[in-house]
Amino acid sequence: MNESPQPQTLYAAREPIFPRRVKGRFRTLKWLIMAVTLGIYYITPWIRWDRGPNMPDQAVLVDLANRRFFFFMIEIWPDEFYFIAGLLIMAGLGLFLFTSALGRVWCGYACPQTVWTDLFILVERWIEGDRNARVRLWHEKWNLRKARLRLTKWTIWLLIGLATGGAWVFYFTDAPTLARDLVTGNAHPIAYTTMGILTFTTFFFGGFAREQICIYACPWPRIQAAMLDEDSLVVAYRAWRGEPRGKGKNRVGLGDCIDCEACVNVCPMGIDIRDGQQLECITCALCIDACDEVMDRIGKPRGLIGYMALSDEVREREGKPPIPVWKHVFRPRTLLYFTLWSAIGVGLIVALFLRSPIEINVTPERNPIYVTLADGSIRNIYTLRIRNKHPDERTFRVSISADGHYRLTLEGQDRLEVTVPADETRTQRLYVEAPAGTSQARAERSEIRIWIADTASHERVYADTVFNGRGE
Amino acid sequence: MSRKPTKTTKPPVETTGHSWDGIEEYNNPLPRWWLWTFYATIIWGVIYTIAYPAWPLINGATQGLLGHDTRLEVAEEIRQFEERNAPIEARLVSVDLNEIANDPELVNYTQNAGGAIFRTWCAQCHGSGAAGNKGYPNLLDNDWLWGGTIEDIHYTISHGIRNEEDPDARYSEMPRFGADGLLEKEQIDQVVQYVLKISGQAHDAAMAAEGEVIFADNCAACHGEDGTGDRTQGAPNLTDAIWLYGGDVDTLTQTVTYSRFGVMPPMGGAELSEAEIRAVAAWVHSRGGGE
Repeated sequence: MNESPQPQTLYAAREPIFPRRVKGRFRTLKWLIMAVTLGIYYITPWIRWDRGPNMPDQAVLVDLANRRFFFFMIEIWPDEFYFIAGLLIMAGLGLFLFTSALGRVWCGYACPQTVWTDLFILVERWIEGDRNARVRLWHEKWNLRKARLRLTKWTIWLLIGLATGGAWVFYFTDAPTLARDLVTGNAHPIAYTTMGILTFTTFFFGGFAREQICIYACPWPRIQAAMLDEDSLVVAYRAWRGEPRGKGKNRVGLGDCIDCEACVNVCPMGIDIRDGQQLECITCALCIDACDEVMDRIGKPRGLIGYMALSDEVREREGKPPIPVWKHVFRPRTLLYFTLWSAIGVGLIVALFLRSPIEINVTPERNPIYVTLADGSIRNIYTLRIRNKHPDERTFRVSISADGHYRLTLEGQDRLEVTVPADETRTQRLYVEAPAGTSQARAERSEIRIWIADTASHERVYADTVFNGRGE
Repeated sequence: MSRKPTKTTKPPVETTGHSWDGIEEYNNPLPRWWLWTFYATIIWGVIYTIAYPAWPLINGATQGLLGHDTRLEVAEEIRQFEERNAPIEARLVSVDLNEIANDPELVNYTQNAGGAIFRTWCAQCHGSGAAGNKGYPNLLDNDWLWGGTIEDIHYTISHGIRNEEDPDARYSEMPRFGADGLLEKEQIDQVVQYVLKISGQAHDAAMAAEGEVIFADNCAACHGEDGTGDRTQGAPNLTDAIWLYGGDVDTLTQTVTYSRFGVMPPMGGAELSEAEIRAVAAWVHSRGGGE
């Protein structure tokens, strides 16, 4: 009774992919980008930056224990987290900008998944040979040679993974010290755990999961599908030129595509670009290199597969010339993204230069809002939080500016001075008293301003707060 | 001329048959590892419920093979904290009370530990902000019944006030002038007017003049001839702006007639350790009224 056709299967095993080696401009560009990005990643923690005797000398350091973030001459405190938020917004807008202008350029060139997979495939090719050798090895039964090749490959992959996890933990503590501790077994368990997890994920994602991460695990291809429009650059096959495809010397009635499958064999995602736009395509452009190589060999013009905008496809089919690339890239949408992106960037830079190296927060005591003293004067209690972002110890003089007379005292201090060590925050209780019978003692609340002045540099900042009286 | 159909890399995928404005939906198979992941979560779930407390029973729940118990975890954490605090507590107990404020580490410890102890043991009467209440002294001001040095505060916390079980406890006893017939109603009114006068409030001058004599005969022994009190007896200063029960006519009349018998439980011995008492004493002393 089962008449309706059943789907072939509910679940499908992964098709193994054996990308062939390819040479060309985009491959060269990708090698270059890989060298630069991995270089930045592995070398950055080892760059030193002198900040004086009290501060770490690592150029880029996320000091979670002391809640500081160092980036060369910039130091970010937790209360300045808006810089991180701003950078994240810039990263998001930057992705929008690049995607709408250049398509999935992030996926194809810069995404860690792509870069490390590329590196892993390179290792694979060194050890097991190019595509055909790897396909043969895949079909071979397990023997000594296969075991040796596989084990060598996995070992190198694991070492790369270990270096990846290792570099990651160096960003969070002094790299030379941690490196010594890691080797001698004295590092914190969290360092080993983090390295272990990252080693495993690098090994597994780069060695085995590969394109599965892009197709099934990553949300970005879905989002990007919505970001692309007819002007975005994508990798496309010029079907009107290539079709009908066919092998053989006799080209009568055939297009330029000789159906050599070079584009399919080099694809790390295992797709055929000639099927048209696909979610799987990360626009790594390796099929362009592969096809150009073939076109050169058979004496046809390059560009059977190439970067183009979807709107050009329609024009080219009709025999019109394509719109120049710069016109696709510079259009209102990308300019809008660029404006927003650079506005936030400029805002952050301005904020960076405007921020003061000293800060004060004043928290009035609410329980109780005032205390009556023996002589009838009214006391308010405040907690001062004084931040000294200088790399040396500073002493701050506390004062008040307000209408009427107030007496100030600091808990536990003989003078109205607080010393704050280098790069630290100090809390200090401040007592502000209005003498009995004065208008500020009787009023419900009065505005006051608390100042701190650096006794060395005379730099000063304030915080506004209120003084609560009896409310008579 | 005819050609062989070219090889396609993928067989055509069937669609679900749904169509929205001409957009159709492929019926692609799920990756098989996805299915394995699903099975793995089921296996993980089973193992987890065996290893950890999980299944509810009539009385309680299954305990789990790993013997995991959050109460034990908390107890272990508390033990670790106590172990870590032991050296600084030993130092806190050994130093002179007046030296605590000069030692930044002890200040840090007493501010945190003392504040927590206060909120646990003292806040019920003195308030979570130490501002007191009617009948419970405000610890933030600079008026003290028994003295505001850290030694005085430490002594009060250790022994309590009007603590019958401790002969060393601070003990004040104001006579019930009205209830026990020591003073006539009129005399009480007069002495109340005198107290209003010495505390700088509006008063009846004629009655206050009479009251001054009564005060000298009945009250000055404890509160002093000038009414500024006596800390050795816990007799409050009647001339300042601070009143434990209230400084108006009605409250003062009630106080003189029936007296007040405030008590404070001792925290020494069973309740708090010496280190804890010192921590909370240092904390109270640093609230702004400490002497």
